[in-house]
Amino acid sequence: MHRIKVRVVEDALDANNTIARANREDFDRAGVTVINLMSAPGAGKTALLERALADLGDVRVAVLEGDVEGSLDAERLASLHVPVVQLNTSAGFGGECHLDANMVRSALSALPLAGIDLLIIENVGNLVCPAEFRVGEDVRAMVCSVAEGEDKPLKYPLMFRACELAVVNKIDLIEHTDVDLDRLLANLQTVHPGIEHLICSARTGEGVDALRDWLIDKVAAAREGAGTRAGAGTVTPA
Amino acid sequence: MHELSIAQAIADVAERHAKGRRVVKIEVRVGHLRQVVPESLSFAFALLTPGTALDGCELQITHVPAVGCCRACGARSVLEDFPLRCGRCEGLDLDLIAGEELLVDALELEEEPTTGERVHRGSHV
Repeated sequence: MHRIKVRVVEDALDANNTIARANREDFDRAGVTVINLMSAPGAGKTALLERALADLGDVRVAVLEGDVEGSLDAERLASLHVPVVQLNTSAGFGGECHLDANMVRSALSALPLAGIDLLIIENVGNLVCPAEFRVGEDVRAMVCSVAEGEDKPLKYPLMFRACELAVVNKIDLIEHTDVDLDRLLANLQTVHPGIEHLICSARTGEGVDALRDWLIDKVAAAREGAGTRAGAGTVTPA
Repeated sequence: MHELSIAQAIADVAERHAKGRRVVKIEVRVGHLRQVVPESLSFAFALLTPGTALDGCELQITHVPAVGCCRACGARSVLEDFPLRCGRCEGLDLDLIAGEELLVDALELEEEPTTGERVHRGSHV
């Protein structure tokens, strides 16, 4: 036996990114805009979607619901009469704390891609790992609730830097917390200068119209982009 | 906690390149902005590898500082904390040059000697 040294110089997440690009090509071919929605557990992703997806005009939406276990969120969203596909990471994926490109790929055949304009991928609740794994999305967005405290951008900068939108949820609770909203927004800009934000309450409906408009705008922007890049052979995740 | 996912990704890359050969050492370069705790990554790696082709493999982690080039004044700065800011003019508009890597840089593998070597060594036994 002898030892040899082999130079590799490969991104550890290359395998995931390759599958993410394949997903993205399938989404683009079907003309579907994909949002990867992330947050800590309990920040209110599902509650916001229940509100925001109820009236998206002519935008046809489906949800890919990622959870470690169970289908509680999928059942909640099914009452909106939009297609919902449940992806459990405990079923064959080792109970992963995030979705990766391969898990999303495994669910593609269950999604009615030809009949939708917008796919929301509701990631597993976790402020860390989901930020590492592209799944083929156009846009990454996150929800942070005021109940989590104003310091979360500073503690989890990887997630806040990965997303182009932060939805500050549960604003109706702010008077019951010690959170200073201005400081929370300043912390957001500290880790990600220029990040968009929306102030919402899934409970009262405050700010949900703006979230709905943001989603509709993303679909419109993707349609315009598809017009200008018609015939493009390769598409890389943003 | 993301160290477990990253350790698995590193192990997958190493196993793919090793093609059945025993991996003695994996050298990885981890950028400052990836927020990987080296001790946690080593711990996760040690949890994942027993009983696999990487059993007993050493994981060598090199920390890569974050470096930004200021779009306003052109200065290069090492970026320690948020906000990421130019060390000369304090500008926030920076091109990140380093600090976001998560690279499997090199592998040390154990290989069967070629036939010629085997004969050569055999003659000395």
